[in-house]
Amino acid sequence: MTARPALARTWNEGARDRARRMERAASRLEGRLLGKVVAAADIVALLESVIAPGDRVCLEGNNQKQADFLAHALTRVDPRVVNDLHMVQSVLALPEHLDVFESGIATRLDFSFSGPQAGRLAKLVGDGRIAIGAIHTYLELFGRYFVDLTPRVSLVAAQAADREGNLYTGPNTEDTPVIAEATAFKGGIVIAQVNEIVERVPRVDIPGDWIGYVVQSPQPHFIEPLFTRDPAQISEIQVLMAMMAIKGIYAEYGVQRLNHGIGFDTAAIELLLPTFAESLGLRGRICKHWALNPHPALIPAIEAGFVETVHSFGSELGMEDYIAARSDVFFTGPDGSLRSNRAFCQTAGHYACDMFIGSTLQIDLGGNSSTATLGRISGFGGAPNMGSDARGRRHASPAWLKAGTEAADAARGVMPRGRKLVVQMVETFREHMQPAFVERLDAWTLAESARMALPPVMIYGDDVTHILTEEGIANLLLCRSDEERAQAIRGVAGYTQVGLARDHQMVERLRARGVIRRAEDLGIDKRMATRDLLAARSIKDLVRASGGLYKPPQQFRNW
Amino acid sequence: MERLEYRFTGGRVLHPLAARLVGVVGSGNLEVLIESAALDGGCTVEINTAAEGFGAIWNAVVADFFARHSLGDVRISINDNGATPAIVSLRLDQAAEEFTGTVPGSATAL
Repeated sequence: MTARPALARTWNEGARDRARRMERAASRLEGRLLGKVVAAADIVALLESVIAPGDRVCLEGNNQKQADFLAHALTRVDPRVVNDLHMVQSVLALPEHLDVFESGIATRLDFSFSGPQAGRLAKLVGDGRIAIGAIHTYLELFGRYFVDLTPRVSLVAAQAADREGNLYTGPNTEDTPVIAEATAFKGGIVIAQVNEIVERVPRVDIPGDWIGYVVQSPQPHFIEPLFTRDPAQISEIQVLMAMMAIKGIYAEYGVQRLNHGIGFDTAAIELLLPTFAESLGLRGRICKHWALNPHPALIPAIEAGFVETVHSFGSELGMEDYIAARSDVFFTGPDGSLRSNRAFCQTAGHYACDMFIGSTLQIDLGGNSSTATLGRISGFGGAPNMGSDARGRRHASPAWLKAGTEAADAARGVMPRGRKLVVQMVETFREHMQPAFVERLDAWTLAESARMALPPVMIYGDDVTHILTEEGIANLLLCRSDEERAQAIRGVAGYTQVGLARDHQMVERLRARGVIRRAEDLGIDKRMATRDLLAARSIKDLVRASGGLYKPPQQFRNW
Repeated sequence: MERLEYRFTGGRVLHPLAARLVGVVGSGNLEVLIESAALDGGCTVEINTAAEGFGAIWNAVVADFFARHSLGDVRISINDNGATPAIVSLRLDQAAEEFTGTVPGSATAL
């Protein structure tokens, strides 16, 4: 007996299917298809030709850049022709991203972040219109694009294309490379909306042979200046917390490579580098290398010589000229504009940074933190990648080793190992007297009501190393038991119920051991915590610091 | 609006001092008025707040403030404008320090 091949199995069905879909498009659009270029008026016909029921579809929704023309077109396909789609996209930002679920065009969803649409998403899940596979971190979702969530059709956005389909993304490259690669090399079809079709693109961000179709959008794609924070809104408490962060953590560990979460808390730190940190002699000793979007609050620190390099997930509106003029700091192409890349920057933040510091909405006594609140499914974005110990990391740095030594001393570990610094920075009460510290995270109730497999925890307590509030810093690395850990958290939880229920004697013992450190323990005079310490106190100050290169979007101009 | 009032006794009585207003008047920011008053050596703190049901928290905030500064014959009025306990504590300390010209723990003035 000789082995015989199995009967009639074809091994290139994906490629054949792609060819059939493209033939279908060519015949429906008749003579109107000019190579890869599709007229805007034909976009719905194109989508109906190349998308089949049940397909996995990636609609490029980034943090900033949005494939909005294609998103709108997808809502206009005939649900009798295109339905039951499985959407696999990082961000749900536009109303159209959910409209497709209301009409039955799509039914399943795997995603990372849904900030602006979180309330409506929770409602659609509650009504049974959306089946969520899982909520991912960015890297996790991108990873699954290459394993079991590979898109069949992807709808992406770029600044410009040539007639060969070569794409120029401009500064907001963001997710486009990872989406296009996963789709194009697995028998899928990539459709790009562009602001203009040109003879020659300024640089090739996505090679033309990865792209199936290009359509010029009637309007330039939408970009949101999501990361701009007006220094005018930074409070004195945020200044105080920033002083404690710089003196009690950045200087203490010599943090040179880091990521900042988005918000006024971290903007305050950036704006204290040229003033407070400079007065402590920290220039050149901290904050040299960043995984960070190029947001304007960093301008004074760059100009003061603190910052050596910045790699970015996406860009930020208004920063184009400043970035082009500071190519030693930012990653830029031959055309002068930023080349961002969410997948690579998330990797950098996870493996190559020694610290993540960011805000959250709720922290429990285990140090678990969550931004989930009832009636809102907001997702994670990149925070869990930034804000977790990189267990696969092997290279040493002084900050990483010091944190690892503290953890090992507390646990009496035998094998030396470093630790990433993961700092949660919160004022004990948010606006409307909402406590940041709780006995039980709202995430539990949300998980029950939305029938999730797990409570949506953004950063797990065993990854958090420090909790910083206006009351002080709790160093969780030094805690020797769960009870110490809980009391260390209570000890900085202020007048919240969690804070009021502290064991005062134990908290004082933890303070004596340096597990808890107050402003006065750090030699910080609270009366110094005024807005005068900010290197810029308004958007106009940032423009001035940039030498006029920063061009703030209209909504931030108040002069 | 909820009006809360707290009274403490046993503080050090100061000679009458000029009243101080801390905060940015009319800006919607938190305002703290601190003034001398004949209160039989007592210290009263009045809080006008839009957020109701947080009496226990404000009680703890002002009790800690009194423990730090221990003032007698002093009336304090707070218009909280939605401020958090952190900012109220900070402003109270600033008001007391401006009023007495001292920092807690440093040499007593007068």
